Amino acid sequence: MPYVPHTEDETREMLATIGVDSIDDLFAEITEDMRPKSFDLPDGLSEMEVLTKLEAMANKNVTNHTSFLGAGFYNHYIPATVDALTMRGEFYTAYTPYQPEASQGTLQALFEYQTCVTRLLGMECANASVYDGGTALYEALMMAVRKTKRRKIVVSEAMNPIYRVMLNSYTTNLDVELITIPHKDGMTDIEGLKTAIDGNTAALLVQNPNFFGSINDFTELFAAAKAQKAVSIISSYPVLQTLLKTPGAMGADIAVAEGQSLGLPLSFGGPYLGIMTCTKKMVRQMPGRIVGRTEDGQGRTGYVLTLQAREQHIRRQRATSNICSNQSLCALRALVHMCTLGELGLKRAARLSIERAHICAERLTAIDGVDMLTKGPFGNEFAVTLPVNAYEIIAKLTDRGFVPGFPLGRYYDGLEKGLLVACTEKTSEEQIGILAEMLKGALK
Amino acid sequence: MIPKDLLYAKSHEWCMVEGEIATVGITQFAQEQLGDLTFIELPEVGDTFEAGSEMGSVESVKAASEIYAPVTGEVVEVNTELEDAPENVNEEPYGSGWMLKFKIKGAPEGLLNAEGYTAVIDSESH
Amino acid sequence: MKTIFEKSVAGREGCWPCEGMSEEAYIPSELLRDSDSGLPSASELDVVRHFTKLSQRNYGVDGNFYPLGSCTMKYNPKFTEIAAAMPGFTQLHPVLPQLQGAGGLCQGALEVMYETERMLAEITGMDAYTMHPMAGAHGELTGVMLMAAYHRDHGNKKTKIIIPDSAHGTNPASATIAGYEIVSIESVDGIIDTAALAEVLDDDVAGMMMTCPNTLGLFEKNLPEIVKMLRKVDALLYYDGANLNAIMGKMRVGDVGFDIVHWNLHKTLATPHGGGGPGSGPVGVSEKLIPYLPISRVAKLEDGQFYLDYDHPKSIGYVAPFYGNFGVFLKAYAYMLRLGGKGLTRASENAVLSANYMRKRLENHFEIPYNRICMHEFVASAALQIPKGVHALDIAKALLDKGYHAPTIYFPLIVPEAIMIEPTETENKETLDTFIDDLIAISEMANTNPEALHAAPVTLPVSRLDETKAARAMELTSDL
Repeated sequence: MPYVPHTEDETREMLATIGVDSIDDLFAEITEDMRPKSFDLPDGLSEMEVLTKLEAMANKNVTNHTSFLGAGFYNHYIPATVDALTMRGEFYTAYTPYQPEASQGTLQALFEYQTCVTRLLGMECANASVYDGGTALYEALMMAVRKTKRRKIVVSEAMNPIYRVMLNSYTTNLDVELITIPHKDGMTDIEGLKTAIDGNTAALLVQNPNFFGSINDFTELFAAAKAQKAVSIISSYPVLQTLLKTPGAMGADIAVAEGQSLGLPLSFGGPYLGIMTCTKKMVRQMPGRIVGRTEDGQGRTGYVLTLQAREQHIRRQRATSNICSNQSLCALRALVHMCTLGELGLKRAARLSIERAHICAERLTAIDGVDMLTKGPFGNEFAVTLPVNAYEIIAKLTDRGFVPGFPLGRYYDGLEKGLLVACTEKTSEEQIGILAEMLKGALK
Repeated sequence: MIPKDLLYAKSHEWCMVEGEIATVGITQFAQEQLGDLTFIELPEVGDTFEAGSEMGSVESVKAASEIYAPVTGEVVEVNTELEDAPENVNEEPYGSGWMLKFKIKGAPEGLLNAEGYTAVIDSESH
Repeated sequence: MKTIFEKSVAGREGCWPCEGMSEEAYIPSELLRDSDSGLPSASELDVVRHFTKLSQRNYGVDGNFYPLGSCTMKYNPKFTEIAAAMPGFTQLHPVLPQLQGAGGLCQGALEVMYETERMLAEITGMDAYTMHPMAGAHGELTGVMLMAAYHRDHGNKKTKIIIPDSAHGTNPASATIAGYEIVSIESVDGIIDTAALAEVLDDDVAGMMMTCPNTLGLFEKNLPEIVKMLRKVDALLYYDGANLNAIMGKMRVGDVGFDIVHWNLHKTLATPHGGGGPGSGPVGVSEKLIPYLPISRVAKLEDGQFYLDYDHPKSIGYVAPFYGNFGVFLKAYAYMLRLGGKGLTRASENAVLSANYMRKRLENHFEIPYNRICMHEFVASAALQIPKGVHALDIAKALLDKGYHAPTIYFPLIVPEAIMIEPTETENKETLDTFIDDLIAISEMANTNPEALHAAPVTLPVSRLDETKAARAMELTSDL
């Protein structure tokens, strides 16, 4: 049997030591009435057979198409170091660093990750990650509810709708009220949000760039939230954060992000990386694991999990969150990605992605009937309005190997003709040219 | 060593009443149980509490515990030094480790004297 | 060891070859950051060497026996990485199946989800699964949300969830976050006591969360009675799957009356723990809870095509942005295919065999509070070593010096000075024997030289670290 080393002789010896006759005796407490009514599973396969089967399944997926899909999840280039270093067994097959002396590798890496993401977002503190960007947003919301002891949450509709649906699910059983302020033609309605914040508001939730790609400065809005003692929460796009004004500079209390774009493949939805950062004032409300620097008895620098009294294994039902696992390995991937590209490399990736998106926007809007929906500055993603239903165009072009973008009508009533288009440094000008030609053809 | 001149709550807070002001902290026994404190969360001046209600918490590396108001009243002073020096509670729980001053509403009720509190500790340590 | 920031030199370039225009051509300067972010600038070799050196300061299953109780640190077969790295899977954008006309591009991935759900359902005897929860605790939260949805739909006004005192800390935390009040019950002789349960069981109870075997490694033999009692008040029974590695092929939680179960695939089905995640926490339910499962749900048409079904009006909604940690459960699927039904059963049998063997060999040297046949793990304690001033922590640190990761210590909370040992089925007898010999030597050292144990570990890059200083100083980044 694979992965079980005991020989028959050894099994006999072990049973003799235990003082039972058979392995079945060890399961005697599971009485007949509790035994499986069925256990109809296939026979095991060899390693080669499994891989052949999975290869066949992988081949049923068509990945040689050209994609302009983003919607918060982007196909950036991942340098080879990321796989090579993170797959070292010492990182890969370790568990949570409960024994710090034997886990300095993981712990120092997470400390460096925390440093990188706080610098990227201009914030003071970070945790060692949560499951994904949506979970980070929900946990941020709950931090604000605990901190302010208020229950009203003001959310911009220009926040990623996938996350807004997640927030709805998570808050169903809680005494929390979500108030959504509609977007204005794809723009975050700053005035509307300002008006909605009052003395009962726990948190304000916005996104930059917003779901439609539009870039904002929320400094004034956050100041307005602060005046009401509400917590300002922003969801950002880490790759662009090498260039854009930081959440910290805008006065955010909590900044979160989906870290997938930092060295994680799209991989059909996960595993991803929930980046969470905050001000020092908020750190005790933070969920999940946090690494801190300290020293040993001989004065040598070392790293430990810290502020653990917040967590479920100590506080049980009074914990800040139920979260136990983080996405350590994903955080490590992000760290290696950021270190390999470095300040300069990550900036170049961001610039190139922005440039390609602007070229793409120009080419697409040159087509009759295709207009810019995103107003004002945008980064590597933008929305256009088509003369027809976007789903229709997507189906047509997908057939020909080009997925032109994400249909806004999936989440926004009235925007059935809206198409959200993303580019990264991997998008070539040639591909943009073909997309424009195809779209032109399809609209004729 | 349990000071004779203080009153105690079963939840291990001490309380020194002087006129209408009560100074409050946690006991020697409580800080020993928790170990080296790393953080103390206290209410703000102006907050009011009923005796027995939760008013803050203390944390050490491996434990966390809520602290409860031993009297009913309004917080009039907070020992802000504890923010940066939680170790004061370990070192001098009845001195520099004091936490809050309350302006008491009504007479304190249900608190124990040193002897009564000694009995509580004895029962908990066994 | 220096951090990567201390090794960084401004202007030193990493691996990026391409060059874009200045961002100012597109974005006005007031929307841009006013200084560099301070990410490292290091050569590629510097980076490779830094992380290689860091990795050498870590214990992992690949290099060290890792008998961490409750965490099932079994060997992670390497071939599953090949499957997870196939571009046909890694390159798939998750919104593809949500686009009309693009579902055909990801049939293989949908099939993986569908088949994984089916196999998990057969192993546990449940009627349906969701793969969405991204870790065990996330599965718990999802499970409790399902409970709440069920009771709301049935007009039940229930406010409480019962949790035994031996439970994982995530259980009460998850139930609280889903809006419930926790009622804790004390175990008697290491297992749930039906009399204690009867005392707290009333119409307000929405459900009970338990694991079986429990965190002491003991089988909950009152289970049939517990199920009957809960049914009477329409309370649901939740199975914390952290300990599923004990019972595969021996008991199916659905058959014995559990309504909801979560897996920790990174434990039972051998996906790597990765230093603390990513995990994967699929949730299985009995038939009456199917309407409430998260959307989307993967479904199969008569012609064999797979699609995502969003049409479940009673669903609790989204618990994940997409379909869970696909890259993780793909490995679990590969592992199940490799082992098959017999292999999975053998895994549980041998996990239990190894645990009992270790327990028996240790019983004359360590206190074992519930010393009877255990399942896949057992809990010893340092009670015999305490009179010498040696604690569970000292024993754990001494084990690190011998090249082992330590067992789980101080958990479960109901055993003082607990040392929780889970060998798993993948460790050979020599490893188990050597570990036990070393543990016995440590217990002898507690008599002869307790001071040496207090000083452990001495062979690692650092000795015991000052956790109080860490918590007080709060140096959480290089900048604080």
